[in-house]
Amino acid sequence: MAGHPLLETRGVTKRFGAVQALTKVDFNVHAGEVVALVGDNGAGKSTLIKGIAGIYGFDEGETYFDGKKVTIHSPREASKLGIEVVYQDLALADNLDVVANMFLGREWNQYVARTEHAEVPIGNPVIRYLRNLLPMTEVEMEKRAVNTLNELAVTTLRSVRLPVASLSGGQRQSVAIAKAVLWNSRVLILDEPTAALGVAQTRQVLDLVRRLADKQLAVVVISHNLHDIFEVADRIAVLRLGHMVKTFVAKETDQKEVVHAITAGKLEVVPGMAPAHGMAAPLQGLA
Amino acid sequence: MTDISQSALLASQQAQSPIEYVRAAFLRIRAGDIGNLPIILGLVLIAIIFQSQNANFLTPRNIVNIVVQMAGIAVIAYGIVFVLLLGEIDLSAGYVSAVGGVLTAILLRDSLTNPALSWMDWWNVIPIALLVTAAIGALHGFLITTFQLPSFIVTLAGLLAWNGVVLIIVGDGGTVNIQNPVVRNLASEILPPEATWIVIIAFILLYALFEVSTMNTRLKAGLRAKPIAIIGLQLGVMVVAGLGIGALFNVNRALNASAIPQQGMPVIAVLLLIFLVVLGYVAERTRFGRYVYAVGGNKEAARRAGIRVERIRILVFMISGLMAGMGGIVLASRLKSVATDAGGGNLLLYVIAAAVIGGTSLFGGRGKVSSALIGALVVASVENGMGLLNVSSGIKFIVTGLVLLAAVIIDAVSRRSQQRSGIR
Repeated sequence: MAGHPLLETRGVTKRFGAVQALTKVDFNVHAGEVVALVGDNGAGKSTLIKGIAGIYGFDEGETYFDGKKVTIHSPREASKLGIEVVYQDLALADNLDVVANMFLGREWNQYVARTEHAEVPIGNPVIRYLRNLLPMTEVEMEKRAVNTLNELAVTTLRSVRLPVASLSGGQRQSVAIAKAVLWNSRVLILDEPTAALGVAQTRQVLDLVRRLADKQLAVVVISHNLHDIFEVADRIAVLRLGHMVKTFVAKETDQKEVVHAITAGKLEVVPGMAPAHGMAAPLQGLA
Repeated sequence: MTDISQSALLASQQAQSPIEYVRAAFLRIRAGDIGNLPIILGLVLIAIIFQSQNANFLTPRNIVNIVVQMAGIAVIAYGIVFVLLLGEIDLSAGYVSAVGGVLTAILLRDSLTNPALSWMDWWNVIPIALLVTAAIGALHGFLITTFQLPSFIVTLAGLLAWNGVVLIIVGDGGTVNIQNPVVRNLASEILPPEATWIVIIAFILLYALFEVSTMNTRLKAGLRAKPIAIIGLQLGVMVVAGLGIGALFNVNRALNASAIPQQGMPVIAVLLLIFLVVLGYVAERTRFGRYVYAVGGNKEAARRAGIRVERIRILVFMISGLMAGMGGIVLASRLKSVATDAGGGNLLLYVIAAAVIGGTSLFGGRGKVSSALIGALVVASVENGMGLLNVSSGIKFIVTGLVLLAAVIIDAVSRRSQQRSGIR
């Protein structure tokens, strides 16, 4: 990969009380690249992405976005940078249609349209709230939603006006991803996108993930399914007990090697760490 | 692979044929979105049953009676629909409506006797009463969200407490009469026949304008639009129905030919239509309405989308209080007085039944404002019809209960089919 990574963490550490969830983790993803984040339960995958998404801050270490050092305090700030996370539960409202779900919380209306889709929080709060009673511009929203879905070649949707309840698992995952992409996001983090999907649906979603990278998005995929990961990922980052034990280039490795790293990866691989020190770290936290 | 894959959504950019439209509608029904379908069948059934038992049921005179009977129920149910959309319930609506009615009656009475209150008239008393009931609703919402209590319990407490307040305000007299002519006649005033036609034609024109302009902007934007043939068909049905309703309202209802002619549409029916349009707009065209549906459908998704869920809930209970107050004034106007039993009896049951029978789900997220109107029509028709047949009040309760049960079963079944089609 040429150039600097789009998103990078350097030496991030996170403690929950006595538990050392992450220890000096270096992680990065470039634009146009799919990086799989793998590891056993409790390895720190969720902790890492939640920190990146601004759900909580890291205790130590730095985050760089597009080469600049950033501190992300909230999911909203992450969205503003262009970092979107699609969680495993997708967070779709079943009773609303595809367009309504994709725009949920950021619907366009006459006011937003006039201010070029950027809300300026000025004026009396009551008046500001009354803007929520202006008519929504459904046609513009639908057009944008259809365009985004077309760009991603989401194929099987019959209509964008069907309630999400009537969609299949793969279609829901596609809608959730399209929802995240709608806002010109640059980094997309997918949490177990193929869990609970059938063979055909999984294929559909993996193709979609690949297309996202082709559109120069930086994609991070968390998954337990090594088969899927080898299909879609360029690099595979392995976390173990809160340490980044190894990053593989997918083409130069195999499942056996990755499994070995997940279950028995050497913790001293982490730069600056003495052998077995990592195991002792939680105990130090208690002292 | 792109040329195969793009075809599906490119097809959506083209105009839709009527057959495709009907097929899409059928798909929605199969997905559990049955809309007003069962209820219209139910109304036809009710009309047939009661008309066959008593020939007076479908006379213009009795139909106007039904409209006046349903008005109070429908107005309160408009607010209940919003609460049900959240997946909550408001059991206090009956007695909150009584607070609205009794406040209006007392303030208007005292304005005649108390010089300090002589500035009061219907046009400021009604807003005051509505402000109070909206505040009551907001209070319920505040308690529910702040202490994370079930709305069932908070509004149950409200049901008892506001009943007590009504008893105290009405006091020993037992009844407060309404003298003010505007409030007195709100439920009984009728429009002249010419104005009746104007209202009906304006309503249909408004609908036609809306449908055609929606179609135009959608086609211009290259989006799938409702086919013109379907719009024409719907408008045709509306025109026929409108002509029928107008003619019906304009039949002279006076019992003998020598009496003053009684013909025209009840003013209260116009009020019901205005509320339908305004609240329907709020629910379906605005961000606020969208958020109500979203919170009812998936609270966590709404929260993560940045929607202030608690604020939406408080505002919805405020709307419920506001509409209850308005309904209380309509009910007071119908009786031309407010007594200690106001808001009691089966009012609350009728109101919730109306919203559910009309097709608003008790499980949240599904329903329409119009379900309040159509459900209230069913409830009022059943009550009116049984009144004509002189059945005992025991039978009345049983039948109303069964109608509600049927509505809830339809709701639950359609919800299940929606979930099933979701898994597929």
